Amino acid sequence: MKNGETAGSARHWFLAGMMGIFSLPATILMLSFVGFCAFTAQAGIPVEQVVFMVGAVWALPAKVILVSSILGGANVLTAFIAVTLSSIRLMPMVAALVPEIRTQRTPTWLLLLLSHFVAITAWVFAMERVQSVPRERRIVFFAGFGITLVLANMTLVGVVYQFVTEFPPIVAGCLFFLTPVYFLASIWSSARHPVIYVALAVGLVAGPVFYWIAPEFDILLAGVGGGTAAWLAERSWRQRKEARA
Amino acid sequence: MTVLEGWWAYVFIAIAGWLATDIWRWLGVLAGNRLREDSEALNWVRAVATALVAAVIAKLVLYPTGVLEQSPLWLRLGSVVAGAAAFFAARQKPAIGIATAIGVLAVGLYALGF
Repeated sequence: MKNGETAGSARHWFLAGMMGIFSLPATILMLSFVGFCAFTAQAGIPVEQVVFMVGAVWALPAKVILVSSILGGANVLTAFIAVTLSSIRLMPMVAALVPEIRTQRTPTWLLLLLSHFVAITAWVFAMERVQSVPRERRIVFFAGFGITLVLANMTLVGVVYQFVTEFPPIVAGCLFFLTPVYFLASIWSSARHPVIYVALAVGLVAGPVFYWIAPEFDILLAGVGGGTAAWLAERSWRQRKEARA
Repeated sequence: MTVLEGWWAYVFIAIAGWLATDIWRWLGVLAGNRLREDSEALNWVRAVATALVAAVIAKLVLYPTGVLEQSPLWLRLGSVVAGAAAFFAARQKPAIGIATAIGVLAVGLYALGF
């Protein structure tokens, strides 16, 4: 089969991915980056370091923890541990995305390279949109979106850095709040598997519970423990339904 | 508050930021390459990934940093509940839910004198 002809050219889908910069998730992420930029500017981190951080780390929660560690005077090993513990979630996220976007011929090095562009927003966006992209073009589509989003936010942070310290508190508060509210709405509306709803509900409760029990490992425990519980519950519900049918 | 200077700042960010996050992404690729799209294992991975993100969401709402640190919990929870109600009333349109939640928060912050 000539995939190139039936699926549209790679360039077409790369551009389609790039156009994702004008989507609601990309807009919200950029507003969140303005909020992050305000946080770093107030803390006195030089703008070149902030831009470098956006490109190199990319995941927003990891950057917030990195900046907090730097400000707290942590040494490089302590900062590494704090950031890496907070970023374990990237592994199951990437692992869930890879089977959706690869074909049998996708080279592993390309997936390793493109995985850098995975963070919560790109993940939510990709899981939602790739369904409408022909499978052999999903990689280019994701590359177009991911690369554009990172470069746009590096530019954005570099430009707005000198203006953000004068934001009124209400604006700063609302910018911060956009992120959790957006994640909630988009995960719920883009879920294609029943287990997602269960896991979302369980995780929302498990997060604070584990924060209370073991604050250093709360996210990890809530994810693995809560996620496994959600999966078991959904699976037994599904099997009972199948047995009855 | 400490601020890093010179080349060391970039080495610091590369080790404690770049490497610290990308190793998990690389492990994710290696694990995801072995998962079949219709497998029960992938279903479990989906559940864990979603629960992790949900825990991050809950933390951002319950324990925010910056300006919202001083805002009352009932206002933040109320905003999320109002947003969720609007989201379901509007047939699960994300933009409606988000706009409602942020609107309620903004009005609340203003009324409280922020």
